[in-house]
Amino acid sequence: MSEKTQEKTSGLSRRSFMKGAGTLAAASMFGGVAPYVMSSEKKVLRYLGTAVNQDTKIGEKAKEDLGITIEYIPVTTDEVTKRILTQPNSFDLVDTEYFSLKKLVPSGNLIGMNANKIKEFDNIVTAFTKGEVAGKKIGDQGTAPKKVFYLEGERSKKFASSPTEWVTLVPTVYNADTLGIRPDLIGRPINSWAELLNPEFKGKASILNIPSIGIMDAAMVVEAMGEYKYPDKGNMTKKEIDLTMKVMTEAKKAGQFRAFWSDFNESVNLMASGEVVIQSMWSPAITAVRTKGIPCVYQPLKEGYRAWAAGFALPSTIKGQKADMAYEFINWFLSGWAGAYLNRQGYYSAVLPTAKANMEAYEWDYWMLGKPAAKDIMSPNGQKLASAGEIRDGGSYEDRMGGVACWNAVMDENRYMVRKWNEFIAS
Amino acid sequence: MPPSFGKGMTRSTSSILAVPFALVLAVFFVLPLLLVVVVSFWDYTEYSLIPDLILMNYAELLHGCFDWDQGLCTTFATYLSTFKYVFLTWCFTLVIGFGVALYLVFCVRSLKMQIVLFLVCTIPFWTSNVIRMISWIPLLGRNGIVNTALMSMGVIDQPIEWLLYSGFSVTLGFVHLYTLFMVVPIFNSMAKIDKSLIEAAKDSGASAWQIITNIIIPLSRSGIMIGSIFVITIVVGDFITIGVLGGQQIASVGKIIYVEMSYLQFPAAAANAVVLVSITLLMVAAMMRIVNVRKEL
Repeated sequence: MSEKTQEKTSGLSRRSFMKGAGTLAAASMFGGVAPYVMSSEKKVLRYLGTAVNQDTKIGEKAKEDLGITIEYIPVTTDEVTKRILTQPNSFDLVDTEYFSLKKLVPSGNLIGMNANKIKEFDNIVTAFTKGEVAGKKIGDQGTAPKKVFYLEGERSKKFASSPTEWVTLVPTVYNADTLGIRPDLIGRPINSWAELLNPEFKGKASILNIPSIGIMDAAMVVEAMGEYKYPDKGNMTKKEIDLTMKVMTEAKKAGQFRAFWSDFNESVNLMASGEVVIQSMWSPAITAVRTKGIPCVYQPLKEGYRAWAAGFALPSTIKGQKADMAYEFINWFLSGWAGAYLNRQGYYSAVLPTAKANMEAYEWDYWMLGKPAAKDIMSPNGQKLASAGEIRDGGSYEDRMGGVACWNAVMDENRYMVRKWNEFIAS
Repeated sequence: MPPSFGKGMTRSTSSILAVPFALVLAVFFVLPLLLVVVVSFWDYTEYSLIPDLILMNYAELLHGCFDWDQGLCTTFATYLSTFKYVFLTWCFTLVIGFGVALYLVFCVRSLKMQIVLFLVCTIPFWTSNVIRMISWIPLLGRNGIVNTALMSMGVIDQPIEWLLYSGFSVTLGFVHLYTLFMVVPIFNSMAKIDKSLIEAAKDSGASAWQIITNIIIPLSRSGIMIGSIFVITIVVGDFITIGVLGGQQIASVGKIIYVEMSYLQFPAAAANAVVLVSITLLMVAAMMRIVNVRKEL
């Protein structure tokens, strides 16, 4: 802007005229936004998180409603942790997973979130606060959010055992993960995690190559095969890690796996091309395969789901105005529009009543209540996800979240686990 | 030929000219490398690095490596697998690269045609390295073009599984990506060979094979060596090609370092890097001993 005014004073050269015309065109494209930008200082939030959660539409809507420009910094799950620990000044708001907190909180690089400033705090689902869905306890092996939900104080490096006003993360999104399958290529019902290592699918199976999540999928498989019953899959002893990796290594040597994946898009390609017919998968990946017109099911399994959850946190270096802006954005995020958007992607919003108010009744029935779709179900981008009459894989919220067996985790023996995982890849 | 100084150029002016590059190397190469060495002796937790002087990172790296009954340890198995691909890639790129250079220099008569054909070799480099790698996937996959074509021609009934996510696809990818690194230096040194030498050999009754082995190979060995250094050092540290075309099922030293870094195990990654750099340096030093590149340039 300042450059433009400077050139104006020096007379209208051809160059500055072209430049002016360009700015004008840009301003007319953004319509009503431009006057706002001129009238006050630009409000910007640098939002660090994984690409999967950083939707352009959510950023645009926030800009429209709040006038805050969301600058996404998209990195991988592991990279988020690394950024928080090594460059805590490079963002104003971070969206990270609960399981990372065991590494993040002791560093003191994140600040406790003030529950009193969160309008919808009392409406946050009980899956986070109490580890319950519809009044029933759900699986809490691994880093279940309720174990790391509260801090002892704003700048405390310790988790509190009972509720305080300081929370580690303000929950945003969560889901129950399971195996994805190609029903057309398998041709029979699949109902157990053990099927991942079934020799029937030799050379057609895959698992994700992100050690802390992959080990949980592996543990679900080992337990389903009846090899071993873990006291806590999310916190294995060295012996248990050895056993888990031994089972996986034997399968790998026998040629069970076609490939491993570590990026969400890789899993989509493996499944869509038919290289793989059964694999660990994430919900939006299933959606992506389906929008290509290829049948793909997020198969509910009798042993239950592996859950994950994410939320917002602020860096401990954040100050006054920026912090207020971050809280404003978080409150907006929980106020319904974004929640409805997430629900339509197959995730779940942390505050359900506001999301419900922003969804059509038939959408709510399909996504949350597990009822047959009354109309065709569309993705937030307008692509068809399911035809009228279809039922969501795994059914209702209560069936899916109620069936959680374990959560993504960071183990005490994490260091050993990563070494063993590298051994598995090298075997 | 000794390195030639320009007229009136003294030793001191040439040293001054070398200063900027020496500084760049010192700041961006030597210093970081020293830091890596220092960090490899540190301790670490999930969320912090602890300055220390311990050998634990190296001990963990070599854990079980001298316990022969247990089979190969991870580190040795990984290096073995890495070197397998280094060797295969080197063999193929050398043969193909040498052949291409030979054709360009000795079979193509006109200079214009030589330049045109040389530029043709670089066309694949107009797209990114990763795209060239990924393009093999739809070609080699289970339902890919090669399998579909072979099946429709009736050559095979079942898709060939080892075309993709196998040692084959990894080697193919490397050869495809890095052959040009062999072509360019070999072409360069072959172009300097005096054509009258070849004429003389022909007149004395030497066969084509004798000309290649007795004249061309010895006179282009500096090019061969430089090309080999390029290819070997690139493949040794690669983890993307092995990851993409090997379906992440094949170990590479680069991948191990990458995983350790993403779990903030910087000291462990540094120890691995120190070992990798030492081995690479040893290899390059050995190659430099075989051919004195500086003397022959």
